[in-house]
Amino acid sequence: MILPALFFYLFAGVCVASAFMVIAAKNPVHSVLFLILAFVNASGLFVLMGAEFLAMILIVVYVGAVAVLFLFVVMMLDVDFAELRQGFLQYLPVGALVGVVFLVELLLVVGTWVIGPGIPRAITAPIPQAITNTEALGRVLYTQYIYYFQAAGLILLVAMIGAIVLTLRHRPNVKRQNISDQVARTRATAIDVVKVRPGQGL
Amino acid sequence: MIITLGHYLSVAAVLFTLGILGIFLNRKNVIVILMSIELILLAVNINLVAFSTHLGDIVGQVFAMLVLTVAAAEAAIGLAILVVYYRNRGSIAVEDINLMKG
Repeated sequence: MILPALFFYLFAGVCVASAFMVIAAKNPVHSVLFLILAFVNASGLFVLMGAEFLAMILIVVYVGAVAVLFLFVVMMLDVDFAELRQGFLQYLPVGALVGVVFLVELLLVVGTWVIGPGIPRAITAPIPQAITNTEALGRVLYTQYIYYFQAAGLILLVAMIGAIVLTLRHRPNVKRQNISDQVARTRATAIDVVKVRPGQGL
Repeated sequence: MIITLGHYLSVAAVLFTLGILGIFLNRKNVIVILMSIELILLAVNINLVAFSTHLGDIVGQVFAMLVLTVAAAEAAIGLAILVVYYRNRGSIAVEDINLMKG
C-alpha cells in the first residue's frame, strides 16, 4: 500500500515543480521541455488512477504532437525573449495575490466537499471490472458517445484546415511548376516559326 | 498513506493555479500564455479522470478525451495565428496586438 502513495507523491511533486518551471523559466525552450516533463508525470498520475488509455493518449498527443509543435514555433520565431520578460517582476505581486487567493479557495473547496447521496446511484456507464480500460472506453465511446467522437474528429479537421490556411503563403518571385499550364500548352503557343533571311539577324 | 480523491483534486488545483499565475506573470509572451492554457486544461483533465475512476463512471474519461482533442486543436490554431502575426508584425508581444482597438 506504501508503493502507490510513494509514486503518487513522486509524480505529483515533479508535475507541480515542472509546471512551476514552465511559467518561471527564462528560456521558452526550457519552458517547453518542462511542459513535456509535466505531461509525462501527469500521465503517470493517470496510470495510478487506472486510466491507462488516457495516459498513453496524453503522451502521444501532448508530448508527441503539441509540445513538439511548441518547440518548432519557439525555435522558428526569431524573438528576443529577454525583452518579453520585462514586466515579470512588475506583475509578480498582483499575480501572486490572485494566485494565492485562487489556490486557497480551491483547496477550501477540495477540503470540504462531499459526494452527494444520489451520485453513486446515478452512474451513467459503470467501469466494468473484467475488461481492460481501453476496451471499456471503446465500448462506451463508439456506442453511446459516437456523435461526440465524430464531432471531435470534425474539430481536429477544422483545426488542421485552419492552421494550413493561416500559415500557407505564396511568395512572389518564386518559380513553381504549374502542371496544368504545362499540359494545356498546344503547338500554336509553344512553337514560333521564324524565317531568318540570310545576311540579316533577327 | 492511502491516496484519496482529495489528493488528486489538490494536485489539479495547484496545476490550475500555476496556469492562471503563468497568464498573469508572462503578460507579454504569447507562447508561455498558450503553455499556461495547456496546463489549465491538463488540470481539468486530471479532475475529470480522478472523479471518473473514483466514482466508477467511465464517462468522465470520455469527456477527458474530448477536452484533450479541443486542447490539441486550440494549440495548433493558436500557434498558427502566432506565426502569421509574427510574419506580419515582426514581434509577438501581446501589447502590440491592438489593431482592433476602437
